[in-house]
Amino acid sequence: MKLVIERREISSPFLRFSAPIASIGVALFVAGFLLLASGVSPLAAYKEIIIESLGSLYGLSETLVKTTPLIFAGLGVSLAFRMQIWNIGAEGQIYMGAMGATWVALFSGLQNHWLMMIAMFFAAFLCGGLWAGVAGFLRARWQVNEVIVTLLMNYIAILWVDYLIYGPWKDPKGFNFPLTAQFSDTARFAEYFNTRMHSGFFLALFCALVLYLFIEKTVWGYEIKVIGSNQKAAQYAGMNTGMAIFFVLFLSGAIAGIAGFSEVAGLQHRLQHGLSPGYGYTAIIIAWLAKRSAIGVVIVSFLMGVLLVGGDSLQLLWQLPVAFVYAFQGLILFFLLASDFFIIYRVKLIKGVAHA
Amino acid sequence: MPFLFSLLPYMSDILRIENIRKTFPGVIALDEVSFSVARGEIHTLLGENGAGKSTLMNVLTGLYHPDRGQIRIAGEPIHFTSPRDALAFGIGMVHQHFMLVPAHSVFENILLALDNVPNFYSRKTYKEKIQKLIDEFDLDLDLDTPVWKLSIGAQQWIELIKLLMRDCQLLILDEPTAVLTPQEAERLFSVLRHLKKQEKSIIFISHKMREVMEISDCVTILKKGRSIATLTCGDFDESKLASLMIGKDKIPQWQKNLQMSDEIVLDIQNLSVRNDRGLSDLDGFNLRLKKGEILGIAGVAGNGQKALAEVLTGLKNTSQGRIMAGGKDITNSNARYSYIAGIAHIPEDRKSIGIAPDMSVDENLIMKSFKSRSFRNWIFQNKKAIRQNAAEKIEQFAIKTGPDGTPVRYLSGGNIQKVIIARELSEHPAVLVALYPTRGLDIGSAGYVHKVIADGAGRGMSTILIAEDLDELLKLSDRIAVMFRGKLIGYVNPRKTTREEIGLMMSGETPGDAA
Repeated sequence: MKLVIERREISSPFLRFSAPIASIGVALFVAGFLLLASGVSPLAAYKEIIIESLGSLYGLSETLVKTTPLIFAGLGVSLAFRMQIWNIGAEGQIYMGAMGATWVALFSGLQNHWLMMIAMFFAAFLCGGLWAGVAGFLRARWQVNEVIVTLLMNYIAILWVDYLIYGPWKDPKGFNFPLTAQFSDTARFAEYFNTRMHSGFFLALFCALVLYLFIEKTVWGYEIKVIGSNQKAAQYAGMNTGMAIFFVLFLSGAIAGIAGFSEVAGLQHRLQHGLSPGYGYTAIIIAWLAKRSAIGVVIVSFLMGVLLVGGDSLQLLWQLPVAFVYAFQGLILFFLLASDFFIIYRVKLIKGVAHA
Repeated sequence: MPFLFSLLPYMSDILRIENIRKTFPGVIALDEVSFSVARGEIHTLLGENGAGKSTLMNVLTGLYHPDRGQIRIAGEPIHFTSPRDALAFGIGMVHQHFMLVPAHSVFENILLALDNVPNFYSRKTYKEKIQKLIDEFDLDLDLDTPVWKLSIGAQQWIELIKLLMRDCQLLILDEPTAVLTPQEAERLFSVLRHLKKQEKSIIFISHKMREVMEISDCVTILKKGRSIATLTCGDFDESKLASLMIGKDKIPQWQKNLQMSDEIVLDIQNLSVRNDRGLSDLDGFNLRLKKGEILGIAGVAGNGQKALAEVLTGLKNTSQGRIMAGGKDITNSNARYSYIAGIAHIPEDRKSIGIAPDMSVDENLIMKSFKSRSFRNWIFQNKKAIRQNAAEKIEQFAIKTGPDGTPVRYLSGGNIQKVIIARELSEHPAVLVALYPTRGLDIGSAGYVHKVIADGAGRGMSTILIAEDLDELLKLSDRIAVMFRGKLIGYVNPRKTTREEIGLMMSGETPGDAA
């Protein structure tokens, strides 16, 4: 008897669909032990997560509030992943986007709401894009690994925003707290149903649609897919791969930057410390779970939103640490990566010996 | 060991290979291969690419199991199941691509290759042992230098020392000079001669005629998976080896409508190209391509054919010389890019640069023309037109695909090649550069590729056909240009030439009276 691992000729559609669901199930199961160890019944906890995040209008609105930045960041990351470019820097790009939008909101002096919104949008777009564009330029020009560059630039971005809010941009009337002054109403999104849900959510859905059309239907999307599948073949077919790498990383960062815009304009109404509690990193998991599809990103972001809101209530109800939510996210990604193995390969038991 | 005495006649042979046969699905890679290597002998395996040299070496080092036949070491029949077994019997191989850890020192790399190093080893004794070998062979190697700092030649010495430290009696060197400068090659040869004095045996794989003449005691020629002759030193000269390697079959005839005009489509003048190691792949190369002709390029692999194709298709830049197309200078890469649109290219390595493996046949077929108006509406792709184009090409080129949307990588090699050819020829190019277009294809697909190229010529397309199979070149070409070490040696007429003439030219002899 012998275990043989062989590559599947064609991956089965059933497995591709069921494996992610199964991995979430296994992650839930393993996380149950963590809950038990903390003296909490897993079933009660999971029920709590569902009820708190989906069971009321307030809960649902909070879930959508969390979903919004995740969609933006997830779209950005998944776009780069499409071309086998690993943008790990969505977190930093969110901060830079938020900074750009804040700069316009505080110092532009625009009085018209729509003009203000558009200016903030483009400021965030440019700041996030250029931030990621640095990595794109280095990668295209000198083959510098974009994983390292984007990752390290996260720290620079976060500390730079910290500098601004502890220093030059600090609200003089803010009792020395590290935050900027509040935005005026011209620089705020509309809110709905008397909850914290804001227009950013609709902007995120719109972005997902545009990105879907961009990748699946346009000539540029085709180019990105060819480069992602085989960069050498793309070069040989006459595509300018260096330019495409820069452009895609720019766009990837720009979309993540819009998450920053949406957060400051829709939710926080100022730039402050801890603006994003790791949305940019969660986005990596989302892009992977969504198999890099724009529509998938929306669905998975929503699931992550459920988990974040539910996790908050676990903290309140049972004093569980926030680390539990991160551990759970980690478990999902872990089992998901493992499940890829079973999608690509099959494991067979064969009898007898191969040779004498 | 009483059995050794009963086999006394074999005693002088360290290795004896008898009637080895190895098949892969659909292909006979080796058939009836026999030869033997004596102690202290440098035995060369000579053969064109695809003659079975690599397969044979993989059988010898235990990577493949032969279907039939016998390997004997010192007379005793042996079954290897892994390269480790081969090493245990003293057979070691220096691969073309070195198996070294670049960040580690020379000493660490050598130590890594040794068995039975105790957990607490004496650095000093091992260093002394290795240093003794280095001194003995007069190699210029510092044990503490990290490998990445060393030249390719020095890295090769490390591979050799690794085998010597394991006390290998039979060393196999797979085209060791392919990566070396002539000076480094000279050093290597003197090391090999020294090894020979120590009664070590060496199997030397090469297709560079001059080296073979210089160093071999014995030459076994492989052709199409068979060992067709073994000659000892004194029995052979370059032209004899060349003609044996290439074969003596009748030159096949091919009926073709000769519409060749004297109009020059492409004129390459004194072109030089350097590779990453700073060596010249092309060195003052000249070539003239006429309209509507199939110009075959003959030459032993590695004499600049690939660089020629890469320059013509814009993947490589020139360091010297001119390329003229239709009277215009297109040497400068910007000018070349605009012209390249008119050059179709069938690449050598079809899977790694010819296709986007994860994308469908439809999408791969438009890879070069995706920006054309017929395949897009404004910024959106015209999926209908793309599908229709694919349907036409699949029909026209008889491509066997899976269900719609199947990624190209699931297609067979022949069908992948058809996808590439269909795409390259769909734009009606003026020039086709085909690099080993039938390598690895079955006879049916290969015949189809030939027909497509000949049909193209009938429509006025000029083809540069780079191939290693002389039969293929003789059959298809209107003229054959022979390359050697990045230079053009001369042209021959495939209908008047002899294999001997081409073979000589391939080994660098200019056709004095023959031309």
